[in-house]
Amino acid sequence: MCLLKNFLIGSMLFCGLQITAQTIEVCNGCPVSSLKAAIKMAQAGDTILVKRGTYKEYNIVVDKPLTIKGENFPVIDGEDQGEIIRIVSDHVTIDGLFIVNVGTSYTSDHAAIRVVRSEHFLIQHVVLEKLFFGIYIEKSNHGKIYHNTIIGDAQDEYNSGNGIQLWYSKHVVVEKNNVQKVRDGIYLEFSDNITINENTSTNNLRYGLHFMFSNDDLYTNNTFENNGAGVAVMFSKRIKMLNNTFKKNWGTAAFGLLLKEINDAEIKGNVFEENTVAINIEGSNRVVYSGNDFISNGYAIKVLGACYTNTFEKNNFLYNSFDVSYHSKINDTIFQHNYWSSYTGYDLDKDGVGDVPYRPVKLFSYIVNKTPETIILMRSLFIDIIDFSEKVSPVFTPDNLLDMTPHIKRYK
Amino acid sequence: MFKILKYSFFDLIRSRWSYVYLLFYLLLGCVLLFLNNDLSKAVITLMNVIIILIPLIGTIFGVMYYYNSKEFTELLLAQPIKRSSIFIGQYLGVALSLSMSLIIGLGIPFILYGLFQSNEIWDFVLLLVTGTFLTLIFTAIAFNIALYNENKIKGFSYSILFWLFMAVIYDGLFLMSLIAFQSYPLDSFSIGATLFNPIDLSRILIILKLDISALLGYTGAVFQKFFGTSFGLLVSIAALSLWVIVPLLNMYRKCRKKDF
Repeated sequence: MCLLKNFLIGSMLFCGLQITAQTIEVCNGCPVSSLKAAIKMAQAGDTILVKRGTYKEYNIVVDKPLTIKGENFPVIDGEDQGEIIRIVSDHVTIDGLFIVNVGTSYTSDHAAIRVVRSEHFLIQHVVLEKLFFGIYIEKSNHGKIYHNTIIGDAQDEYNSGNGIQLWYSKHVVVEKNNVQKVRDGIYLEFSDNITINENTSTNNLRYGLHFMFSNDDLYTNNTFENNGAGVAVMFSKRIKMLNNTFKKNWGTAAFGLLLKEINDAEIKGNVFEENTVAINIEGSNRVVYSGNDFISNGYAIKVLGACYTNTFEKNNFLYNSFDVSYHSKINDTIFQHNYWSSYTGYDLDKDGVGDVPYRPVKLFSYIVNKTPETIILMRSLFIDIIDFSEKVSPVFTPDNLLDMTPHIKRYK
Repeated sequence: MFKILKYSFFDLIRSRWSYVYLLFYLLLGCVLLFLNNDLSKAVITLMNVIIILIPLIGTIFGVMYYYNSKEFTELLLAQPIKRSSIFIGQYLGVALSLSMSLIIGLGIPFILYGLFQSNEIWDFVLLLVTGTFLTLIFTAIAFNIALYNENKIKGFSYSILFWLFMAVIYDGLFLMSLIAFQSYPLDSFSIGATLFNPIDLSRILIILKLDISALLGYTGAVFQKFFGTSFGLLVSIAALSLWVIVPLLNMYRKCRKKDF
């Protein structure tokens, strides 16, 4: 009896929700002309349809499960006053808005859309311009950030914010976003089980993607181009980086990918093209690098130290100024089955594997590490001669750093 | 002077060696483009060849020509012609014919390959300009060495030594001094030291156009700031011109006083 009563009440409540779920239209000439008023009127589960127009509003708090949908990209103009939308309820969807003029502050991180302690949020097809922080997810789980465009106008690091920032959030999917000209394109801190997929992060002031203390994350098929310092992955465990493209991250301090204190990561099938340093590795253990293409970088791999049990296999090293630069002991790191464009050995038994081991560290890269100014002698005949003599009988470069099985043909 | 220039020039043009030289560049250009299928890669390889080979050919050709045409020079000296115009005419004849071989030999394959439609045209032009400068510089120095030495063997060995010094030994000393003084700021020193060696200077000029990604790391940026700007380019061209003018002036001075 009790059970039946519960069921009845439950189904009635459910039906009630179904019946009252309605659509509230917001437009400049409508009875409801502001987003704030619409949210105040709305019941949980309602849809707010924002028509085309400009709405000068800020500090909009979404405190019930609503779907806010923009038609033909209505403009929400924050007039540089502060935060624009704050989501504090579960099951909120924001779709198709054009949000501009987020206020810059030196004391609080104003965001265009901030999600606070909420679950199952969905932010999609949103366009953000003239922003401080873009989409800021704070202690919120199981959400999706899909197909947004964020175009900032950041000039200096100290007074600009990040495009998409995740802080203490878990199980969030970030997909098909386009982030440009902010401080960090996508920033993760203490966020686990995040999937970052098919995003494009370009022309950012600092990093295209920045990881801090975030474990078990996956990022695939992203493109990071022309960022101030490439992509930084720091203090994180079990990260998978697959099929991403790191391009043209060059400048005085630029890396394609910066790894610091990374354990048990997988870096596979990525393309590194024309970066000052393709991968800069520091204190990273048990990382597998395989099937990556390193094309025309200054340094393909630069290892600074404290790295144990890393494996580099089946990568293509094509026309890099320096293939590998090693600042420490080799520490059971393995190079095997890679293709090196500057390999000069032969393959007499025709098994596709060179008969002479390849030494990826040149004497000149050792010298450049010690005295950076010597880079001015690059490609001089004298350098070629000493490189050759070092290749024949290594004295300065670590003599056990070699690829015993260099591949003869490039991997497709 | 122009008569002598014309005479030397046509004399050389008719000689087998300039054809060989021309053919060498033609072949090199064709093979590189055929194998690489990529203009920028071909320019890099050419740079490696050019900065070593052109000075070598320039010095050897210059010394050889001077000694070979010595009897004819003595004959000319008996005529009422200014000494400086004899020697400078001869020098220009050699240098210009060598430069022409270079420009035509490399120009034809690259133009046929579609240089004008590509972005590499300025890199290529820079390559030819530095190549021409190197020819002018090293031929002038070869003439100087030959003027100072009556003995052919001595003249040859000095000029080869000079080439070796500029191409290899200088860089070795440069590297050693950089390592020895590594605790001091070395940026301006290294920029200065490259200006004193035409081979290094040409190498840096071309490298900055091509290997930018490596050079743009921290220290590279300093060099890029200097050599990469139009001011740096002007300074470099001025330094290269000085390398032509100073030996020429010395030649002018020496040939007037020299006893034949």
